[in-house]
Amino acid sequence: MPDIDFTLDGRALQAREGDTIWAAAARHGVDIPHLCHTQGLAPEGNCRACVVEVQGERTLTASCCRAVTAGMHVQSQSDRAVAAQSMVVSMLASDAGQASAIHAKDSELTRWSAKLGITKLPARATVAPDLSHPAIAVNMDACIQCTRCLRACRDVQVNDVIGLAGRGAHARIVFDAEALLGDSTCVGCGECVQACPTGALMPAHQVGLATVDRVVPSVCPYCGVGCQLNWHVGPAKAGHDVIQFVTGRDGPANHGRLCVKGRYGHDYVRHHERLTAPLIRRANVAKNPDDIDRFKRGELQLSDLFREATWDEALDFAAQGLRGLRDAASPGAPSRLAGLGSAKGSNEEAYLFQKLVRTGLETHNVDHCTRLCHASSVAALLEGIGSGAVSNPVQDVEHAELIFLIGANPTSNHPVAASFIKNAIRRGSQLVLCDPRATPLSRLATWHLAFKPDTDVAMLNALLHVIVTEGLVDQAFVAQRVEGFEALARSVAHTTPEAMAPICGIDADTLRAVARAFAKAKSAMILWGMGVSQHVHGTDNARCLIALSLVTGQIGRRGTGLHPLRGQNNVQGASDAGLIPMMLPNYLPVSDRDKCEAIEALWGKALPQQAGLTVVEIMHAAARGDIQGMVIEGENPAMSDPDLGHARHALARLNHLVVQDIFPTETAVLADVVLPGSAFAEKWGTVTNTDRLIQMGRPALSPPGQARQDLWIIEQLGRRLGLPWRYWPMPSAATSDAPADGHEANESAVSQVYEEMRQTMPPLAGVPWSRLLRDHAVVTPAPLEDAPGHAVVFTQDFPKPNGRAVLVPASYLAGPEAHSPRFPLTLATGRVLEHWHTGSMTRRAAALDTIAPQARLSMHELDAQARGIQDGDWVSVQSRHGSVTVAVEISSAMKAGEVFLPFAYWESAANHLTGDAVDPFGKIPGFKVTAVQVTPQHP
Amino acid sequence: MTSNLEPVRIDLADVKRTLASRRQRPQVAPARAPAWATQDVAEALAGMPDRRDLLIEYLHALQDRHGALTTPHLHALADRMRLAPVEVYEVATFYHHFEVVKASDEARPARDPRPVIRVCEGLACTLAGAASLHDALAEALQGKARVAHAPCVGRCETAPVAVVHQNAIPHATIEAVSAAVQSGQLHASVPPCIGLQTYLDEGGYQVWQSCHQGARSPESILVAMEQAGLRGLGGAGFPVGRKWRSVRGEPAPRLMAVNIDEGEPGTFKDRWYLERDPHRFLEGMLIAAWVVGVDAIYVYLRDEYHGCRASLAREWAALKNHPGMGPLPHLELRRGAGAYICGEESAMIESIEGHRGMPRLRPPYVAQVGLFGRPTLEHNYETLHWVRDIVERGADWFASHGRHGRHGLRSFSVSGRVASPGMKVAPAGITLRELVDEHCGGMAPGHALYAYLPGGASGGIFPASLADVPLDFDTLQPHGGFIGSAAVMVLSQHDRAVDAARNLMKFFEDESCGQCTPCRSGTTKVRALIATNTWDRALLQQLSQVMRDASICGLGQAAPNPVDSVLRYFAHELDAGAAHA
Repeated sequence: MPDIDFTLDGRALQAREGDTIWAAAARHGVDIPHLCHTQGLAPEGNCRACVVEVQGERTLTASCCRAVTAGMHVQSQSDRAVAAQSMVVSMLASDAGQASAIHAKDSELTRWSAKLGITKLPARATVAPDLSHPAIAVNMDACIQCTRCLRACRDVQVNDVIGLAGRGAHARIVFDAEALLGDSTCVGCGECVQACPTGALMPAHQVGLATVDRVVPSVCPYCGVGCQLNWHVGPAKAGHDVIQFVTGRDGPANHGRLCVKGRYGHDYVRHHERLTAPLIRRANVAKNPDDIDRFKRGELQLSDLFREATWDEALDFAAQGLRGLRDAASPGAPSRLAGLGSAKGSNEEAYLFQKLVRTGLETHNVDHCTRLCHASSVAALLEGIGSGAVSNPVQDVEHAELIFLIGANPTSNHPVAASFIKNAIRRGSQLVLCDPRATPLSRLATWHLAFKPDTDVAMLNALLHVIVTEGLVDQAFVAQRVEGFEALARSVAHTTPEAMAPICGIDADTLRAVARAFAKAKSAMILWGMGVSQHVHGTDNARCLIALSLVTGQIGRRGTGLHPLRGQNNVQGASDAGLIPMMLPNYLPVSDRDKCEAIEALWGKALPQQAGLTVVEIMHAAARGDIQGMVIEGENPAMSDPDLGHARHALARLNHLVVQDIFPTETAVLADVVLPGSAFAEKWGTVTNTDRLIQMGRPALSPPGQARQDLWIIEQLGRRLGLPWRYWPMPSAATSDAPADGHEANESAVSQVYEEMRQTMPPLAGVPWSRLLRDHAVVTPAPLEDAPGHAVVFTQDFPKPNGRAVLVPASYLAGPEAHSPRFPLTLATGRVLEHWHTGSMTRRAAALDTIAPQARLSMHELDAQARGIQDGDWVSVQSRHGSVTVAVEISSAMKAGEVFLPFAYWESAANHLTGDAVDPFGKIPGFKVTAVQVTPQHP
Repeated sequence: MTSNLEPVRIDLADVKRTLASRRQRPQVAPARAPAWATQDVAEALAGMPDRRDLLIEYLHALQDRHGALTTPHLHALADRMRLAPVEVYEVATFYHHFEVVKASDEARPARDPRPVIRVCEGLACTLAGAASLHDALAEALQGKARVAHAPCVGRCETAPVAVVHQNAIPHATIEAVSAAVQSGQLHASVPPCIGLQTYLDEGGYQVWQSCHQGARSPESILVAMEQAGLRGLGGAGFPVGRKWRSVRGEPAPRLMAVNIDEGEPGTFKDRWYLERDPHRFLEGMLIAAWVVGVDAIYVYLRDEYHGCRASLAREWAALKNHPGMGPLPHLELRRGAGAYICGEESAMIESIEGHRGMPRLRPPYVAQVGLFGRPTLEHNYETLHWVRDIVERGADWFASHGRHGRHGLRSFSVSGRVASPGMKVAPAGITLRELVDEHCGGMAPGHALYAYLPGGASGGIFPASLADVPLDFDTLQPHGGFIGSAAVMVLSQHDRAVDAARNLMKFFEDESCGQCTPCRSGTTKVRALIATNTWDRALLQQLSQVMRDASICGLGQAAPNPVDSVLRYFAHELDAGAAHA
């Protein structure tokens, strides 16, 4: 497009096609006053601070809305334009300026007021503040009705909470039907706060006014979306640095957006329960699983169980126990040791931890919570298309004519990803939402298939049947790139919509309509979550989704493909780095002798050839006494594992349990030695998000007390297990601001581990540490240093031996959690927006725990009525595996016969109820289906 | 354990207060509306199609049935339309006629049995004693009715007017209003207009027939409009022929929107015609639609015109059912909800789409991107009223009228201190003096001309010394006013321009949509600044200039006119010297 010639304030200038006057002026260094306009929001032109004179026009025009046309003569500095600009700002200043100066530091309104000078005008009547929300303060005295918050809420995050009600001088920003913010449907994403130019919406408790000494760019430590953020760090009242507040950065995965956790969930880092000294179990205190609840209830202190120790003593003690078990084993016997790493740690920590287990403990018994999340998805993906990672990034939904979302509730669990899905829907994409619950996205869905729990295979096979029998198969794609079509076609020949409808509960016409829409869409993208994977049929479920995408050719292009939404911030990276029992870094099967040789050479150690045990298998082995020693870094199996009674018993039975964490978790209560590690905001490290985007985390704070860098702790354990590791600089080599005792973050140590890891991982070939430092984020695979990585993969072929994907048919089978008169309801466990995983971080984030302090059992009104239960009543929930007590939330989002319980709350730990039957391929437990009964608890 | 950590930032007392005062956020999805409200909505909307643009029609249906809009009803409506509750709430609260009542989810609140009486506080009614009527009614009907102020209800020739629910009482007295309340006369009577058969008998629809049957060409009609010099009579005066050509040149599908949201204070000509001769308008509308080639017509009718709504619906139905009328386009009759701003063409389009009536920024113009994003021909009622006559009698017939060098006919809504107020068809270019003397029987007894408003609330206030200026488009601008919709309000020696300006400024403040700063904030500031008798001339002129220059639409741009007029022509009414501070 050629540039457009126009004149601004007498200067002949060029604008680009589509430029507004304001944008063109800004490009040429002319900053026209503006308040309602900001980057990232559609221009509204309502504040009128940016008005300019366009030659030949009767009135002035809003430069933020008017496109430049050739030959246009614009005056932004004429007396008439400046008079209007400054009088507009004067009006707003007289309405809101005083309040803005109080509530915000250097707001846009006060800045423009100072710059343009103010004419005094009658003041506006004042309104009371709304301080009902734990994280956001509402001071409408400072509101100028610019609707930036409304557009942030409606157009960007599509939460549709904020509106403009009333008219004229009574026009006002409202939440829902004029509710207090704390009572409204607000999800606390804070996009409105970030957008507000006056301080009418601010972080609660005036933290927006706090002193900020430095701004640290990093990545959010919560979910797999991988939002970039800025930590604004400054001194708290007591003098220690804290994260005062957080803003979104324009990262590839979030474009400045955050959710309630990412914006208001970082004070856990400075929570008073942080572990600040190494602990060793007191000699006379036996391990008792019941101590967990006693400790959580405050009946037992940590000091009742443990004594403080020096680092040397604790590390020696930790290593000694592990070494003893390792060295006592007879040659060829199964190892008695296992390690659980964490998807919450960095890539470097995951890499070094699995290396510690494999070369220090000399076993492949190493796993992490991926086993509880997407292990079945990964099993199916590796089998079908040769790679466990996503084919397309979340943001490809923008290019998808149809979005097929199944078994995922991204508005709670991947909120920023959900916002991109909602944006796509608003732009015209169709959404097929498959979920038994009417989650928030159901309002925007073209089809909401509220199918019966655990009937995914039946429903998906019906779709495949329609596609195969109605000639909707992409024949050319199948012929060129897919194997096994005939077997699949035979397998779905009998799965007619009519036959599957009674099983899955979706009528045949709807199944046909959805199948046709999916196959005929120019682009259709499948995204899924734990609702697909956390089943004893998880692998079969994923196989059906893969088949759906392959037979219709909906993969290998923009806006298509397969995207298992990753839960943890680094679950992709931890798996890539080999934190799984059957594969070394970059998914090298441990059984593949030839391929493992290079790594054995690099590590200087021969490795066993049998795959290790998975999470649930490790717990079973521990319960049997076959596993006797474990090192658990940043995981909390005493909350996250199924059948908690059993899992806690197994952990208590261990001879030697080393726990490395930042909090005294449920698991730590059963430890022999506890090593206080560092929070994400206290260290260097890279993480890989759900889109295969590797991003740089930077330290903002120092760890508290004697807490140490996790990587240093892993190295110290390794050295004490006889490994010649020296990633951490020696004290003599240390600079003054990076003492080598492992307390402060150390970039050099982390970069050394990263560079070693990179040697084992071809997808990172083009991503040296220096590139990450510079770019913050690089999508992988990135084979070349000077070229961007590949966001969309499988465009030509699949990473299978002959480049062709393989269809694997699946048949519907009923699961083990059959209903009975004793257990007539189906329980699904999962997460809520405000809480992360087992709650060890978010339950200690004040705003988050204030918004969602209590677990509830969500239940349909009819089921409640049948049991004489009212909203808020306490009930007992029983399953074949255990029971919990919890309050009830009657919810119109639930179907009769189905109940939901989040697993973040120790008070009502949902995994007491779940069973540990696992998927035969992915070894993932079936968290999503448990037969339960609910009975009222009479006081 | 030792710890030197900062305690958590949130005050525990705060936390407990918050927890005690509210229910925890639903953990799966926001709660749906209570069953009773869902049921009410289903019943109220029975038979209506499910469409986003019908939101305001749905709100009317609900309110007509339940007397008010409770928040659970709005929530249920949002659920049904798959909107967020706020999307319904913000629309409902934009329009004056919707009474939104906060209610709990527990049960439907009892309906207030007292009818609402809206006492018009337009200028003509105010001159006729509306303020004391309001207070007297509030006193007399305590407990039996709720008495409220209303902006001009468009019946200025019968001032003062009080509207009992939907029943407008002309020349309202306490007795007449009480009688209506007492006898439960809450609904408007349907005006006895010229019906279809009479209109046909008198030669009606022959022009329409000749058009769609091919006896006339679109071009011939366009030429007639151009030669007659017909201009948009809603106020802007855009040449009709040019508008038709321009929309006709845009890509199909094209739409048409007819503006009968007659809300300019003092204006009642459209209602006058509609009560008497609706088919003349319908025929003009059909001809325009045929020439421009539109697929569907949306008629937006002022909510206050309840009787006209019934008659227009009846007459359109009669026309549709009449054999041999040719291919009639799809027509939807939409009901306003009490918002002056919806007389602004793009605000009206927003309202037809079911949104808050906020004007759009232009460009793009509605002729290019209008209703539902389509090229749209938008017309005022009266403009279409003249189309048949111009085609039938010829362009020259229309253009031959006029005085003082002006051409055409104008429909003046005359109110205030004249002997015989009402709708007066007069030649364009007639002067105020001629209009009053020849058409209104002179001034009312005991009143001498002091000032007049040539164009409703927005057209400025002229002194008697300007009574000989020709009244037409383009002739009044040099004097700081405009003719607009030709609503002429006459003031006498008993009235003050300052009072009129305050009345009008309050109207503009109430009716500003609130979108842009100069209008939302400016009308409020100006209203406050003119409340005393000491006006800060310099500051008011600055505010006036920014409102004219920087407001999005004509409302804000014209809102300072009354104040500017006072400063220009009536400064003597203010404290001596103060206006020149």
